[in-house]
Amino acid sequence: MEKLAPLAVAGPFLIAALFAISMPLSRRRDDIVSIVTASAGVVFVGAMLIDVLSRDVPVVTWVGGWQPRAGVALGISMAFDPLSTSLALLAAVLVCAAFLFAWRYFETPGPIFHALMLVFGGAMAGFCLSGDLFNLFVFFELMSVTAYALTAYRSEESGPLQGALTFAVSNTVGAVFILFGIALLYARTGALNLAQIGVALAHGHADGLVVGAFAFLCIGFMVKAAVVPFHFWLADAYAVAPTPACVIFSGVMSDLGIYAIARVYWTMFDGPFHAHLETLRLVFLLFGGVTALWGAVLCLAQHHLKRLLAFVTISQIGMALIGVGLFSTEGIAAAALLIAADGLLRAGLFVAIGAVIHRTGSVNELRLYRLGRQVPRPLAAIFFAGALGLAGPPFLGAFSGKRVLEHAAIDVGHGWIIVVFVVAAILTAAAVLRAGGRVFLGWGEPAEDDPIPFGRPTGSEVERDDDEAEAETTGAPDTTPPVMIATAGALVAGGLAISLFPALVDKTLDAAARFTDRAAYAAVVLHGAKLPLPDTPNLGVDALAILFGLLSVGGAVGIALAVLSPRHRVRGLVPLRLRGPLRGTYWAVRRLHSGQAGDYVTWLSVGAATFGVLLAAATR
Amino acid sequence: MSFLPFAIAIWIFLVGLYGVVTSHHLVHLVICLSVVQSSTYLLLLGIGYRTNGAASIFVDIPPNTKAVDPVVKALTLTDVVVGAAVTALLLALAVQAQKRFGTLDPDELDPLRD
Repeated sequence: MEKLAPLAVAGPFLIAALFAISMPLSRRRDDIVSIVTASAGVVFVGAMLIDVLSRDVPVVTWVGGWQPRAGVALGISMAFDPLSTSLALLAAVLVCAAFLFAWRYFETPGPIFHALMLVFGGAMAGFCLSGDLFNLFVFFELMSVTAYALTAYRSEESGPLQGALTFAVSNTVGAVFILFGIALLYARTGALNLAQIGVALAHGHADGLVVGAFAFLCIGFMVKAAVVPFHFWLADAYAVAPTPACVIFSGVMSDLGIYAIARVYWTMFDGPFHAHLETLRLVFLLFGGVTALWGAVLCLAQHHLKRLLAFVTISQIGMALIGVGLFSTEGIAAAALLIAADGLLRAGLFVAIGAVIHRTGSVNELRLYRLGRQVPRPLAAIFFAGALGLAGPPFLGAFSGKRVLEHAAIDVGHGWIIVVFVVAAILTAAAVLRAGGRVFLGWGEPAEDDPIPFGRPTGSEVERDDDEAEAETTGAPDTTPPVMIATAGALVAGGLAISLFPALVDKTLDAAARFTDRAAYAAVVLHGAKLPLPDTPNLGVDALAILFGLLSVGGAVGIALAVLSPRHRVRGLVPLRLRGPLRGTYWAVRRLHSGQAGDYVTWLSVGAATFGVLLAAATR
Repeated sequence: MSFLPFAIAIWIFLVGLYGVVTSHHLVHLVICLSVVQSSTYLLLLGIGYRTNGAASIFVDIPPNTKAVDPVVKALTLTDVVVGAAVTALLLALAVQAQKRFGTLDPDELDPLRD
């Protein structure tokens, strides 16, 4: 098994290469080959995960057999620990789901689509499993370039063209930041293996070069994860990318950035930064909190369904960053549970929306008013189940993650952050529920209804009709293929089920303890030695968590119903005096999302400078 | 080891970034992005440089000769390849923009402004 491990990455690449060099024979053959490859990937990574869990120690393989000698690693390692393998499994599952969905979705996907998706899947697996800093970067770039190409898949339209451009420009600048960080670390340590760098840094203190390297790496990964203010590209790209690609983008690609921050911190920087954790937490909680709220507020204001889910993604990335930014074992466990549950739910919601697009040819909530009734009832039920799961009702969906996150936050003395993520969860779930109510149930009022309780500025431009979904699909067929409903149902059911089993929380805490133990990681990678696991506390379910769960669901349903209520009760709640300034702020924020790559890179630079200064201050 | 290559790497990065931010032409934008990327080549090679070091080809020189670091060269080469892929893809998008919409100004692409 160990020897075959690199196949998780290389397998999809080989099949993709076959796609690229072979003549397109038939649509059917392309679909079958890719679905079989993706399923084999799920089985393979799943088997690796079972193997890793049974051994209770990470499995490390050295590509080409270049083993470390006397604790010095020159070869390239892949590390299968429980969390990284689980994330790779999530990626493999979503690639499989995306292929199943694309099967009946596209009219004519060329073989290039299948090849790109397979390379994308292989690169994500490589990114999760890499134990080498430079390989992390190479897989990051491979993943990014295929993602740009997938976004621009319908490049004959202006939306995808512009979305792919901003996506590519922002992320390329982010990648340069990562490479700067790698270069600085190599200059200091002469190593590229994560464990080796960690050993070299362990006894130094956090001087300028180390802080700079950490800042560069974090900025690059935060661009990929779309943390505010690095997030602008995400909404543009996810709104226009073909829906099967969105399933993966939103479900797992963004979360990989958050994972990478945790990975580099806990393998390399924990030594020098351990003394500064108190202040470091403040910086990450600031960025995470702002991201969670920014995404939540803006997703309430979207009518373009895919763009709405894009802002849901941003908000939940913020929540995951809060988990990682607590820099504790429980924080990592919380982030992992959130990433798994929310990732599956978002992917399921994207498939459900894709099915609506497939049936009606439209992606605009207002235009779809009542049109969603044409799609089969089960799909509507799946959509609402997914939306409620985002709020995290007791023992479903995001509940486990939020429960552990509450514990983790209180543990390190930052209980206030709970307010932020409860509010974010309420608003994001409310936005999705509102969209579902309008589309599937025909509640609320058509077109003239306004999601914003304080109206538009006088003389503002009328919202453009962003109905760019038609060309993607076969138009408006008479039936929704059962495979789409099944895929959406399986993803949402999986996301909801994450919180059903309390044992999973304990398993995740163990895995997080393994993930955050730098010495044990270095020992197993460099010396093949097994260090005992630290004890992890078992978390009981407390009344507070259930209360917050019920509060989130109640709040979300309440807000959604209020916005959909015929008499605009919400508008009455906003005092007249406040409407002007609120309206001004709202439109100013919305105009920031201008769609221009130059503007986005400006914000990226501002964010990078802010983050760098804060990090330097935090580690003085 | 002089500080000069690092100062120039930072300068190239900033100049390229300024170009990306102010660009109104897609081809210009892509080239500026390449400039940003090329700053990393200089940084990496600067890190691996040894004064009076030989080229790191250990065929006809004795094993313990002082030589520049071959690892950073490998990193730089990989980065060049990655950069070429990104540039090619972005230029293909620029070609599409010119073909379909007759413009290379990103402002005129009528983005999805929501």
